[in-house]
Amino acid sequence: MSEDRPGTIDAVPVRHPGRWVAIAVIVVLAAMFVHLLLTNDAFNWHFVFEAMFQSPVLNGLVMGTLLVTVLAMVVGVVFGVILAVMRLSDNPVLSWTAFLFTWFFRAVPRYVLLFIMGTLGILFPPPAGLGIGVPFGAQINDLLGMSGTWTFFSLDANNIFGGIIGGVIGLGLSEAAYMAEIARAGILSVDTGQREAACALGMSNRKAMWRIVLPQAMRVIVPPTGNETIAMVKDTSLLIAVPVSTELFFQLQSIGSRTYQTFPVAVAAVIWYLLICSVLMVVQSRLEARFGRGFGTSGPSDHGFRARMLSMVGGSK
Amino acid sequence: MSEAQVSDMPLVHAVNVHKSFHGVEVLKGIDIDVAAGEVVCLLGPSGSGKTTFLRCINQLETIQGGRIWVDGDLAGYTEKNGKLHRLGDSHIAAQRREIGMVFQRFNLFPHMTALENVMEAPIQVKGVRKREAKERALALLERVGLGERCDNYPAQLSGGQQQRVAIARALAMDPKLMLFDEPTSALDPELVGEVLSVMRELATGGMTMIVVTHEMGFAREVADRVVFMDAGIVVEQGPPNDVINNPQHERTQSFLSRIREENEDYAAALVERAEAEKL
Ligand SMILES: Nc1ncnc2c1ncn2[C@@H]1O[C@H](COP(=O)(O)OP(=O)(O)OP(=O)(O)O)[C@@H](O)[C@H]1O
Ligand SMILES: [Mg+2]
Repeated sequence: MSEDRPGTIDAVPVRHPGRWVAIAVIVVLAAMFVHLLLTNDAFNWHFVFEAMFQSPVLNGLVMGTLLVTVLAMVVGVVFGVILAVMRLSDNPVLSWTAFLFTWFFRAVPRYVLLFIMGTLGILFPPPAGLGIGVPFGAQINDLLGMSGTWTFFSLDANNIFGGIIGGVIGLGLSEAAYMAEIARAGILSVDTGQREAACALGMSNRKAMWRIVLPQAMRVIVPPTGNETIAMVKDTSLLIAVPVSTELFFQLQSIGSRTYQTFPVAVAAVIWYLLICSVLMVVQSRLEARFGRGFGTSGPSDHGFRARMLSMVGGSK
Repeated sequence: MSEAQVSDMPLVHAVNVHKSFHGVEVLKGIDIDVAAGEVVCLLGPSGSGKTTFLRCINQLETIQGGRIWVDGDLAGYTEKNGKLHRLGDSHIAAQRREIGMVFQRFNLFPHMTALENVMEAPIQVKGVRKREAKERALALLERVGLGERCDNYPAQLSGGQQQRVAIARALAMDPKLMLFDEPTSALDPELVGEVLSVMRELATGGMTMIVVTHEMGFAREVADRVVFMDAGIVVEQGPPNDVINNPQHERTQSFLSRIREENEDYAAALVERAEAEKL
């Protein structure tokens, strides 16, 4: 009987003629694109690479684009997590405050927000500036008929809100509004039994949040945060609204308008943004693997990618 | 409570405990005492409030009436000049340290290995040094028969293994009292035995335990006392043989006969399956 039993399968795979047509079209388009890149003089590659490494451009890249991205994301993540915890609190004052913050900063476009940051100095004109001290100090003095000052020191508001700090505050608070929603979804994704198990072991609510809930929430929080970071890199090009001019795109643009080479500097900017985002994507996938520990599914591997490409054309050997 | 009364008090002393959810009363005046070293099994139909009562002992739920003392401490409050004052988060956390809890669905921390699960609370809560915590955790995992699985994540363990890790995790805090909420009812039948045998050993070692379970064999063999609850009240209690073999109340009788039928049906199904596989 055993000699009649079916053996190894050696079947003809399904053919996908449509796929071959699509591949042919793409190959032709790609060849045309490469041809354009290499032969069109408007690209002026020599100038592109020269512009990319001009010192004001590098300075703008580091101080404006990279540093502001990092600082604004730090502000955004820290405030976002705090806002998410506030939003989930059973204290209505806390949850409403968080809601109003999110509502405001999601409604105002980032460009407008940065423009406002630059003009905030007008609220605290010199010489008094932005005073740091007891709230309503002057009013308390008036009320009690006292003299003297309740202000410990005062800052030049134009310095604080204009320039890079203003840019970081504006982008950071706007980011916090988005991060709050991301962090909230992350925290809610963790089973309540986790917090209960932690509390049953004698952890305080805060410790249970930090050690047990948030690390698990990270699995849900990290991927969209990576996207937010990449979006932030691009949004630093809005810093000119503050105005901050030590920023990659503005610096390249000003080279472009000085030399009338506007197209090559745009290409230079694109190359920088591509490089930064590629690095960030690698970092993101590392982080995802780190916080995915214990959940069994690590994302599709390179091997999976290759297999998908092969299976697209109907053969996998 | 005067000093003399405190020292005579059983380890768990629950008096007239009332609990409602959104106006629906779930516990309607529960009185239960558990002496140190005693093993009490809580039985009762679904929805009778067994889980809720365990969670009240551990303050995962706040009660609306009555008092619960654990080891002489009033749970959740201090009494000053005849007035109750609610305790803060850190004091409540400190009270929970004395109580270990094992959940129906294990609730292991999925982002930590078995070993890290067991080490976490001693390090984070008691401030035990990492090396000592690790030694202790290894010993506990050994004791529940999982010495080799300590580097596995919960998702890599069977249900029975996960529940044994959960027991080790609770024991790592050296609790005075262990609460078990249907620890085997989420398990495949062939995994129930390994968890029950860990619990049996714990009971023999003198641990005070309150166990919600439908495992009549375990209750009969291990419990010092069986408490039968229905609709938020204690219907009857006593030594397991009296309550299980000779229940006095009609509600206990009907519950037990239903359980027995289910078990018989289940056993019959098992036999049937075994025979079907033999063919
Ligand atoms: N968080 C909650 N909110 C509202 N109702 C609840 C909540 N927890 C429990 N209840 C209700 O309280 C009653 C008692 O529930 P409990 O879980 O204590 O029963 P149980 O005896 O453990 O039942 P089972 O054997 O099914 O586990 C049920 O009617 C349930 O619907
Ligand atoms: Mg229950």
